[in-house]
Amino acid sequence: MSERAHLNWEAINADPRFRRLHRRKTAVLAGLMGFSILYYFLLPFGAAYFQSLFSLRIWGPVNLGLVFALSEFLVAWGVAWYYARRASLEFDVLARVLLQEAERLGGRP
Amino acid sequence: MRARWWGVLLALASGQALAFNAVSEKWRWLTFIAFAAVILLTMFVTWIASRKVRTAADFYTAGGGISALQNGWAIAGDYLSAASFLGIAGLISLYGYDGFMYSVGWLVAYITVLLVIAEPCRNIGKFTLADILAYRNDPRITRIVGALSVITVCTFYLTAQMVGGGVLVKTLIGIDYEVSVITVGVLMLGYVLFGGMLATTYVQIIKAVLLVAASLVLVVFVWAPYGFSLPAFLSGVVGDPKVQAQVAALLGAGGAGMTPAELGQRFLEPGLYLRAPVDQISLGMALVFGTAGLPHILMRFFTVPSAKAARQSVIWAMAIIGGFYILTLFLGMGAAIHVGADKIRAVDAGGNMAAPLLAQFLGGGPDSLLGNFMLAFVAAVAFATIVAVVAGLVLASASAIAHDLYVGVIKEGKVSPEDQVAAARLSTVVVGALAIVIGIAAKGQNVAHLVALAFAVSASANFPCVLLTLYWRRCNTGGIVAGMVVGTLSAVIVVLVSPNMNYPKAARAKAQVLVEGAAAKKADIQRRLTDDDAIVAGSAGRELVQFNRSMEKARKDLAAYGRDGTSVVGLEEPLVNLRNPGLVSIPLGFLAVIIGSLLYRDPRAEALWSEVYVRQNTGILANGPLPNPEEDFSEDVKNV
Repeated sequence: MSERAHLNWEAINADPRFRRLHRRKTAVLAGLMGFSILYYFLLPFGAAYFQSLFSLRIWGPVNLGLVFALSEFLVAWGVAWYYARRASLEFDVLARVLLQEAERLGGRP
Repeated sequence: MRARWWGVLLALASGQALAFNAVSEKWRWLTFIAFAAVILLTMFVTWIASRKVRTAADFYTAGGGISALQNGWAIAGDYLSAASFLGIAGLISLYGYDGFMYSVGWLVAYITVLLVIAEPCRNIGKFTLADILAYRNDPRITRIVGALSVITVCTFYLTAQMVGGGVLVKTLIGIDYEVSVITVGVLMLGYVLFGGMLATTYVQIIKAVLLVAASLVLVVFVWAPYGFSLPAFLSGVVGDPKVQAQVAALLGAGGAGMTPAELGQRFLEPGLYLRAPVDQISLGMALVFGTAGLPHILMRFFTVPSAKAARQSVIWAMAIIGGFYILTLFLGMGAAIHVGADKIRAVDAGGNMAAPLLAQFLGGGPDSLLGNFMLAFVAAVAFATIVAVVAGLVLASASAIAHDLYVGVIKEGKVSPEDQVAAARLSTVVVGALAIVIGIAAKGQNVAHLVALAFAVSASANFPCVLLTLYWRRCNTGGIVAGMVVGTLSAVIVVLVSPNMNYPKAARAKAQVLVEGAAAKKADIQRRLTDDDAIVAGSAGRELVQFNRSMEKARKDLAAYGRDGTSVVGLEEPLVNLRNPGLVSIPLGFLAVIIGSLLYRDPRAEALWSEVYVRQNTGILANGPLPNPEEDFSEDVKNV
């Protein structure tokens, strides 16, 4: 906490590289968040209002509802994997650059 | 120290008179061996951890030295409470598809944690949820409301865990409820008090590994006879007479005329448990947004060395938690075919004993050594589960009291490092003692809705405040205070006027109607029982089972409730028909933060926005002083 005053955070915030990090990250976070929530709520919604569709048998006794519920797991893992990949390939790199240059960018008063 | 633990164990072993329980007298010693093994192992790691706890950072966050993999297991251990291990397996065993569907939200919740909470919190937080709120808002005020909200959520969750744990241990090994609660409380206090976050983490990891291992073994036993084929296994479920009878009993008259095969298939379709869609959506919202605001989960992200490690630990946790919930499908269905709904309900009406009973069956049944050994093992895992979750909750509330209220607000940060640790330990003892007292006081109360309430308060108060202070420039102290107050109150008030409460008058009236119509209904069913058509007679037989169940409940209600009784808040019937408040309280919480922020002027929150936003995204100053700016990374950045 004692160190926090000495950096010019406005300058770092305005830096084009930070702006790029902000834009890309916001797009990825909003997109994945919206998609995940939508996909999740399809399950209770479908189970309540599309029961006959969920009861459709497609593989022995396995019905569409079960497959859909199992797909929720795969989709959640997929979203997590995709985010982790984008984060380590892009966001972490940009963040590391900004961290390295914080002193130069933020300057001392 | 050791001597005292053994004293507790001896008290346990002295064997009180007991009502029904899952283990017979003859095999009790096996259960004690399994419990003793778990207790000794966790005490051993606590002893190791206790030598490393010196500073407040050690106590609250294990000095930030937990690895991503360890933290992933610990998050799973913190999160997979007895409610999810025993409860969801039980729901699946009784209600099939709906139980499994219920488990999905618990995993999806971690998407929210991963995307918007874990890394920012790691980058700007120190020990507690209120640290994050206090960064750009008025530290004094936000620490007070933040700490109060943490304590509220933890109290609800803790009460549910203590009562649930007491009942569980009592059912599993037949000791008194009070002794169970005290044992859970004292053990947990031992871990937290001496080993702080490090011991709590170890205990959570041990518990998660045991839980996953036990479940895997059971699933292999259940699934192997079907050649590990999903359709073959589910065909076995559909064709099982016990499953068919349970579906028929659940459907009542609605199941008349269905063939046994149709009844079995119905077990794999939605609608046997969750009948009101609005309740499901409301509960889903509370899970998906509430998990991200749970203080004991949030606290785990301060224990890892970097934001990247925080992210990786959520990925690990999602793999473990998701994999575990897929296993519960087999545990639940396995219990449905091997143990059967009637027997599961006979031990515990909520189905909580499905997994332990399945273990007993798979080992060879109630009279075999292996069967009872497996039951004892699963019971010990369930016990470890409760203790680990309770330890996490107590640590979170103790940190809110000691770090936020005492050090932050009362002493304004002017406390020596030694006194900080002492304050942390003292509040741990106070919270732990209170947990035991509350657990005993709440004996016999229906606490199931308290877990839902904890998630709802977390989703309606903590989550909007943390999210918006991290991502919305205009958010400020006014919004945080309004959000915490409105979010918490709306969640609690909606629950108080919801169907979760007891409504003696309404329940009595309903039971009265049932009893009055009983004779005619019974005559009708009996007439059809003697029908020449086997299908008609069969469905009448199942209807009779359902009829007897509802009559039993009606008689109980009539005996329990007075004529003019009202609910706790003086209502004759629920004002809202919503079991989980999330649908109402979460939007209200968000709205309160937004309106509160817009109406309040707070130059500090605005001035610090750039700092908060840059730091949470880059990790600048998150790990000590700035690095040497000589290395040139401009090539790297061009490639991104």
